[in-house]
Amino acid sequence: MLLANHPLLGKTITGDTASKLTIRAAEDVARFSLRIDPVAVQAAGAAFGTPLPTRIGGVVEAGGRMALQLGPDEWVLTAPVAESDAIADAFAALGETHSLVDIGHREVGILVEGEAAALALRSAIAFDVEAMAVGTGCRTLFDKAQIVLIREDKNRFRIEVWRSFADHVWGILHAVSREIALGL
Amino acid sequence: MLLIRCPYCEAERPEVEFTYAGEAHIARPADPSALSDDEWRDFLFIRTNPRGRHFERWRHMHGCGRFFNAVRDTVTDKFSMTYKAGAPRPSDEEIALASSATADSAASVKDARP
Repeated sequence: MLLANHPLLGKTITGDTASKLTIRAAEDVARFSLRIDPVAVQAAGAAFGTPLPTRIGGVVEAGGRMALQLGPDEWVLTAPVAESDAIADAFAALGETHSLVDIGHREVGILVEGEAAALALRSAIAFDVEAMAVGTGCRTLFDKAQIVLIREDKNRFRIEVWRSFADHVWGILHAVSREIALGL
Repeated sequence: MLLIRCPYCEAERPEVEFTYAGEAHIARPADPSALSDDEWRDFLFIRTNPRGRHFERWRHMHGCGRFFNAVRDTVTDKFSMTYKAGAPRPSDEEIALASSATADSAASVKDARP
């Protein structure tokens, strides 16, 4: 990614002891949007090196590569930046009709961690974040910005947001973390 | 806020993720040039606009991105059921069954709360 233009580079919202919340910009990763007929999902998983989830919301993570199913024929794939070209080449050799688009520069990742993580997200997400199963993800709205939310652990969430919306999301998270720290 | 069940995601999602897309089960005429002006006007603009049960299209815009169909009461705003695009219009029995099932699950969720 053009790191010089990264809106959140190196930023962290450090929670104090009271807030039990840490929010930081995630390490840069390679991201792909994959559209393919669900019938060919196994072949796509072989090309990616990790089997793809077969249920909407499902996440499969292995060896630094992650696949999340967003829709009936849509997946988002992430991997370490260095593996980006290898993945593109592997899909180019795939015989099935598909579309693989590099969206690595479009989005930034934000990690929301700590006991108050679900509480912080609840302030701007309309559905029941607490009830979201660990190891699932979905596309949704954060305030008015479209995000992809992944629950990596009970107290760790990852937000993937378009970089032009990142400042907006970050500002809300900043305000919310202050409210939580002050016990409001 | 309304909770709408997306038949593709198989989950209850908040209304803000969805966009409304008009009445459902309106097939585009196979040969538009064979229609009279009145018939074409009816296809484009004339809708049933019922008071009560309405079959309508929704799109899970900020989710899976899919269009699907829903049965909603235009008076109470209550969704009886949702079903995948391309599926036939559900019968009265299917709608009654689906809405009683959702009422049961809603009641059990209510009971489960402390």
